[in-house]
Parts: sequence; structure tokens; C-alpha cells
Amino acid sequence: MTGFLAIFRKEMANFFVSPIAYSVITIFLLISGFFFWANLSVMSLISLQAANDPMISQRINLTDVVVRPLTQNMSIVLLFLIPLLTMRLFSEEKKTGAIELLMTYPISDLSAVLGKFFAALAVLIVMLSGTISYPIILWRLGEFDVGVFLSGYLGLLMMGAAFAGLGIFVSIMTENQIVSAAISFGLALMFWIISWASSFAGQTWGVILKQLSILERLESFHKGILSLSDLSFFLFFTVFFIFLCLRSLESLRWRG
Amino acid sequence: MIEVQGLTKYFGRLAAINNISFTVQTGSVVGFLGPNGAGKTTTMRMLTCYTPPSSGSIRILGMDALSDSMKIRRNLGYLPENVPLYDWMRVCSYLDFVCRAKGVPSGNRKAEIERVSSSVGLDDVMGKLVKWLSKGYRQRLGLAQALIGDPPIIILDEPTIGLDPRQIREIRSLIKGLSKNKTVILSTHILPEVSQICDRVIIINRGTLVAEDTPSNLMAVKGKSRRCSIAVRALETDLTNLLSAAPGVLSVKTGASEIDGVAVVTVESLPEVEVRSELARLIVARGWDLLELKSIDFSLEDVFIDLITEEPIEPQSTENLQNKEVA
Repeated sequence: MTGFLAIFRKEMANFFVSPIAYSVITIFLLISGFFFWANLSVMSLISLQAANDPMISQRINLTDVVVRPLTQNMSIVLLFLIPLLTMRLFSEEKKTGAIELLMTYPISDLSAVLGKFFAALAVLIVMLSGTISYPIILWRLGEFDVGVFLSGYLGLLMMGAAFAGLGIFVSIMTENQIVSAAISFGLALMFWIISWASSFAGQTWGVILKQLSILERLESFHKGILSLSDLSFFLFFTVFFIFLCLRSLESLRWRG
Repeated sequence: MIEVQGLTKYFGRLAAINNISFTVQTGSVVGFLGPNGAGKTTTMRMLTCYTPPSSGSIRILGMDALSDSMKIRRNLGYLPENVPLYDWMRVCSYLDFVCRAKGVPSGNRKAEIERVSSSVGLDDVMGKLVKWLSKGYRQRLGLAQALIGDPPIIILDEPTIGLDPRQIREIRSLIKGLSKNKTVILSTHILPEVSQICDRVIIINRGTLVAEDTPSNLMAVKGKSRRCSIAVRALETDLTNLLSAAPGVLSVKTGASEIDGVAVVTVESLPEVEVRSELARLIVARGWDLLELKSIDFSLEDVFIDLITEEPIEPQSTENLQNKEVA
């Protein structure tokens, strides 16, 4: 793992020296803040109606009305934003030729890929940490299921890691950052909505497509259920794309 | 020490490097010459473990470039041709990153950065962003990153390209200074540079090695003819006709136009025949004034052009010629 920290530090510095991280974090916090405010407003409206109807008041809670929709909406926002974080990680090095120098330093390919991967993941964690005020506000307003909240955030982190792996793999394939972002977003979206085709893909393919769907996998996290198969899916997805990154770098070496 | 044996690199079906072998001794500066597209950069990329060879072997400091790539890279400093740097970094941060990437211990980093920056003359710009550096300073920074960690092997792809004459002189003396305890391989298109700083020269053309020797040996041995310049008070056409007929003369080229009735010509002759005495005798016998007769040494540039323009004789075409002769 020689050089992992050097690459991680460099990428973190690049994220925060350039406007990339600030822009992405700001956009994420603005949009997620809007969703949080909108969900709270809906909760407030329903609460007013519930004052006259005890049946409704027994059925509504902050977890169902605010927490679950919030993490669901945040996952869609991340679907758009993570390709922006990963688009330059290798593309820029390829375009400037710096990859030639990097690959002659005593840094293993795995260290280079993981250094960049964990830097993107660290920015994601900073983004999610920016929403720490939400559970504090909810805790002051009333009761909510902390388990569902934490499980939803774990889902976001797992999904973010999976898309970061995918995005880094795409950035090795092209020198153009815009192409890298576009393909990463396209592939991520495909894995997101792939289960939509399950209804008309036949029984066997329908099951396979549902198993591959990130939307389906995230659902259990939003419900507060941690299943080994969902956790393994995201872990395998991430490791698979990191493996592809290593193979692509090897191919790059052979092609000179 | 660098030992290259039967090095070959294919890109698809094209052999960019075809079975080249050479050895570079420790402490020497070797110039790597060849026209554009000859395979210099590809060879350098294989020597730096950036790309593996299709066949053949590279041993650097006794280690194999394929199986001990990481160990070799710890002992290597490389400056690629286009000096790829991170424009958004400050010079000091960039050198700090290179120190970390090369595994320089944390306690030695500051001293190492100071040592390298002062040796290449970067002290004045340590706080500047890389993107604001002039071409000369970028080149120096590229050289500095290659020197970080004090590697025993330095590989430089066109280190003086784009520099002004003063900077070129500084970088040359720096490279010359490195050779005391390091092995340096550099590629360049500036041939006088090779004569000045290189102990040996490797010339490749179309992926094959065409010459490997010291610059002085190449200039002495590789010339395919002798040349001399003659200035005579005579008509240029008369002089050309006289000298062309002399034994051993291959050609007579007229130089500058006649000034004050003095014709200046360059005579090319067979390498094994000393024609100067015979030419002098012929001129004096005609009653002309012989004002100057001097031998012209071949420059490395002449040798280089000579070697890279040599067309190999295809076996098939030789066979065809023999068939024609038989017919």
C-alpha cells in the first residue's frame, strides 16, 4: 500500500483547492435541505389534520413522513453528484500525461486506485456530515426511529461507494472529464432503474434484473432493515469496479 | 548498471522497438538519439517500468523490470518529455507530494526538498503555483521531482527542450554533475549537447539500434568518406573539373560564389585514400595559387544523418538483383 496516503492527500487537496468539492457539497446541502424542509412542512400539515382525527394521529410519525422520504430523495441527488466527484480522478491525469509519471513512482496500482476512491468517499462523508443538523432538529420536534435514520445513511454511503468505484473505472477509460461524468451517470442510472424492465423481461431475467437494481437494494436500507445480501451486493459492486480499475490500469501499461 | 537484452515492443502488429540490446555502466551519461518516431520514448517508458516489453529483458541494478518493478521504481528518477505537473499545486506542495510518493521518510522530507530545490534553482519560486511557472522553471521542477529521493538511475526525455541558452547551459552542467555517482540516460534532438555531456551515444532508428559508441568514436569511425575544403585563385568550373578527375575523389561541391577570383570547394573522397597531397600537387602544377587546404571533421550531426538515412537492403531485392545478373 505504498503511496496510498500520498495519493489520498493529493486528491483531497485537489478537491478542496478547486471549487469542485465546495460546489458539489453546497448543491447537495441546498437540495437535501429543501427536501428536509418540504418533508417537515408536510408533517406539519398532516399534524394539523391529525388534531381532528385520532385515527390519523396514531398512524403518522416523523420516521415515515420525514426520515424515509429524505434519505430516498438524497440518494437520487447523490446519483447526479457522485459522477461529478469522480469524473476527473484519472481522466485529468491521463489528459495532462501525469499518469505516466505517477505510474513510474513506487506506488502500486491498488494504492493509486484506493487513494482516489477513499478521497471521493471522504468528500461524500463530509457531504453527509453536513446534514447532522437534521436528526438534531427532528429529536427536538418529536420521536423518530434512529435506526431507520442510521440505516438510511448507511445505504447512502454504500451506494456512494459503489458509484464512486464505477465512476473511477469510467475515468480511467477516457481523457475527457465531461464524457467521464456522462458515462458514469448513465451507467449509475441504468443500475438504478434496471428493475423497471423486470416486469416484461421474463421470469428468470426479471429476478436477475431486480437483484442488480440499486433502487431495490436501497429500499431495505430506507426501511431500516439491514440485510446481509444487500450489504454484500454493494460491497461486491464496489470491489468489482475497483478490480476493473486495476485491470484497466494494467491494460493502460501494456498499451504504453 | 542497466542491461537491455533483445528488447521488443509491439503496438498491435507494429514493432515500435525491435530486438535492441545495450548496456549502460554505472556513473555514465548516455545520450539516446533518433529521429521522431524512432522509439526513444517507448524505450524510456520500458526502462522506467511504465510499460512492459513484449519480449526481451531489462535488468536495472541487477533487478528484473517485470518482476521487481516496484524495487526499480524506488531507485529511479524520470522526467517525461512534456513535463506533466499538477498546475493547481504550489511548488513546495508538489515536491512534498513527490517525497511522499517516493517514500522519503517524514523526518528527511524538508531537507530533501531544500537539497533538490537549491540544486536545480527553484528557491525563488517555492511558494508559487505550478501553473504560473515559466517554461524554464517547469522544466527545472520536472527535473527536481526526478531527483527527489536521490535515485541512482536518472532517465530524462529531452530535458533541455524549450529552455533559453542560459538555462540550457545550467541544466547541462547539472546533468554533468549528476554523473559522478549516478547513471543518466537522456534523449535529445540537440546533437552538440550529446557531444558535450554524454560519455556514450545510442542511436536508434525505426525501432532498431543502429549505433552505440562514444561520441568521438562515432565521429571518427562512422564517417563513410573524408572531406576537405580547398580555396584556390582560379575559375570555379576549371577547379571542379580538375579535382573531379583526381583518383579517390567521390565528389566536388562548390560552396560560396567566387570572391575576388577565389573559388572555394569541398572535396569528398574515399575514406582509405589520402587525396590532399595529390590535390595540392595538381593545383600547383596548373600554376594556380593554393590559398587554403584543410580537412573537415565529421560532426555527430553528420554521423546521425548518415546512420538514420541508411536504407537496409531487403533480402528479396538482393535476390532480384542476382536473378537479373544471371539473366
